[in-house]
Amino acid sequence: MSQPLLEIRNATKIYGGGFLQGGSKVVALENFSLTIPEKPATITTIAGESGSGKTTLANVVLGFVTLTSGQILFRGNDVSTLNRQQQMEYRRQVQAVFQDPYEVYNPFYRVRHIFDMVIGRFKLARNREEARDLIESALKVVGLRGEEVLEKYPHQLSGGQRQRMMVARAYLLKPSLIVADEPVSMVDASLRAMILDIMLRLRDEHNISFLYITHDLSTAYQIGNQIYILYQGAVAERGETSKVIEHPKHPYVQLLIDSIPVPDPREKWDTSISLPSEEEMRTSVNSGCRFYPRCPRRMGRCLYAQPALYSIDGVDHEAACFLYESTPGSQRIAESETSSVTQK
Amino acid sequence: MTDQLAATATTLSTNGQTPVLEVKNLRVHYATPLGDVIAVNGVSFNLKKGETLGLVGESGCGKTTTAMGILRLVQPPGRIVGGQVLLNGVDVVALKDAELRDLRWRQAALIPQGAMNSLNPVMKIYDQIADGITTHEGRQPRRVLRERILGLLNMVGLPGRTADLFPHELSGGMKQRVCIAMAIALNPPLIVADEPTSALDVVVQRVVAQTLLDVKAKLGVSMILIGHDMGLQAQLVDRIAVMYAGNIVEIAPVKNIFEEPMHPYTQLLIASIPSIKEKKPLRVTEGLTHDLRNPPPGCIFQFRCPKVMEDCLHYVPPLRELKPEHFVACHLYE
Repeated sequence: MSQPLLEIRNATKIYGGGFLQGGSKVVALENFSLTIPEKPATITTIAGESGSGKTTLANVVLGFVTLTSGQILFRGNDVSTLNRQQQMEYRRQVQAVFQDPYEVYNPFYRVRHIFDMVIGRFKLARNREEARDLIESALKVVGLRGEEVLEKYPHQLSGGQRQRMMVARAYLLKPSLIVADEPVSMVDASLRAMILDIMLRLRDEHNISFLYITHDLSTAYQIGNQIYILYQGAVAERGETSKVIEHPKHPYVQLLIDSIPVPDPREKWDTSISLPSEEEMRTSVNSGCRFYPRCPRRMGRCLYAQPALYSIDGVDHEAACFLYESTPGSQRIAESETSSVTQK
Repeated sequence: MTDQLAATATTLSTNGQTPVLEVKNLRVHYATPLGDVIAVNGVSFNLKKGETLGLVGESGCGKTTTAMGILRLVQPPGRIVGGQVLLNGVDVVALKDAELRDLRWRQAALIPQGAMNSLNPVMKIYDQIADGITTHEGRQPRRVLRERILGLLNMVGLPGRTADLFPHELSGGMKQRVCIAMAIALNPPLIVADEPTSALDVVVQRVVAQTLLDVKAKLGVSMILIGHDMGLQAQLVDRIAVMYAGNIVEIAPVKNIFEEPMHPYTQLLIASIPSIKEKKPLRVTEGLTHDLRNPPPGCIFQFRCPKVMEDCLHYVPPLRELKPEHFVACHLYE
């Protein structure tokens, strides 16, 4: 079994808590572990609401933020110990598409600038012709033609076109992994399918894996292989996407899925819910399960001990909830992922 | 001319009650150096008391511009070039500035897109709501005002102490609910909510949506809900008007739109909704394909329509009532 493409081991990121900040800290990510195999290419969804830690995770994988503890291994190498050359290679192999197709462009340049910059930086072409060919083939993958878009300014293109160009730019480097942080949430609903379709094709035809970060479970359901659902920095439930979304086990995930408005006027939300007050929601709970304040099924021990991830079906569905501690066939999943990697 | 007939037809079909809002052949253009962009091209519909109408369509279809037209909030280079908007019988399009001031907030209120970003960051919530009330109703006795504001916050499910906070101390969902509280402060008969839950997480969205439903039930207010989250529309509205490139192509009760969409564009829209109940193949569609300055003769949807026919290229299909309360503008049904 070859080494995984990306391995995150017990990643923790804590903000604040310094001397000058009066000691208040936010645990953005806690003991997070994940493995993305080298082959075949997969789409791994990281889902959660705001404050769940998903953007922190993206930032950490992309190297914008350093971990407080834990490791990120790309093809076996710890990304915090790479030399300059290795870092360049990492940047090439791990690309990003961000949420806002408006702000990533410099409004003073025509959009071809984004390609020229990349080609220049990574020396992808020897002359203008080669560069042009590279750009055309990247645009083809996303369904755009150079003559339609390259000479335009960002404001002359639609959000969907801009986002597709960002995907083309990421593709240009032939990365192994694209971190897509809410790539369609600011794109008009009618054009989202186009971008999601591009992601699927990049996975299936070009072997590019994705870390798809989103709060929209409906799109995750359509395109993801595996899903991790985060709640306040920790994994609440993870597993094969259909299993988690069709049969959620963690009470938080059940609430989440229940709250998605179903596009069917006969199926209305059946009970009304209320959120606890701000203080309850934003407190970083020091001991016990994070979901305790909101959990309809909480027990005494949930206040004092944090549940580990327990297996639901012994295969690929796990939930961090004491309710499943003694499900038949369950096993306490080790915090580090190495054991499950070797089991495959 | 056919639009006027259609407008009359919709009026007659609302059980003889005078509708709260009657939009008749509203047209809004945006001036550009190369000619007018036709943003709203003769839109007509009615809204009954206590009813919620969903206005859906893709970016650029004219739904927000229609709402701005109704509220007389169209800014240059946009301008209303024709039509009438009767709010409780009064034609809003013909009002002068001074009269408009009475209209705003008391007769019609807006919850704009990204409303949470429209709160004044240096004023406490209490002061912002108080400001809105006193600007339109004049000065109020302090105790009465305070009770009223606390009552409004309570109605949207926010604790009283929210009044003493600044916007940055609230979460997105709380800010949005403050905006709803401000919109209902003067008990207007009409509220226009433009994508009131975008940028909110799923669970918070549900709470805000519930708040809108509660408010509707308690106050009997009529609402226009603009958006493109069809899931949310299904939960919140009574009827849906589907817009494409400045025209309404279908208006029907919400069940009909989801179960028997008749216009080809509506059918595409319904088919493309991602759902967690079933995995469907992703349907890829083009966006707007024609220049809004130069709409083609005939049906506005001809370039994208999978069922286009010869007539569609030459004649504009009128909005016709094909089933009770279900109006469609399409030559397929002639």
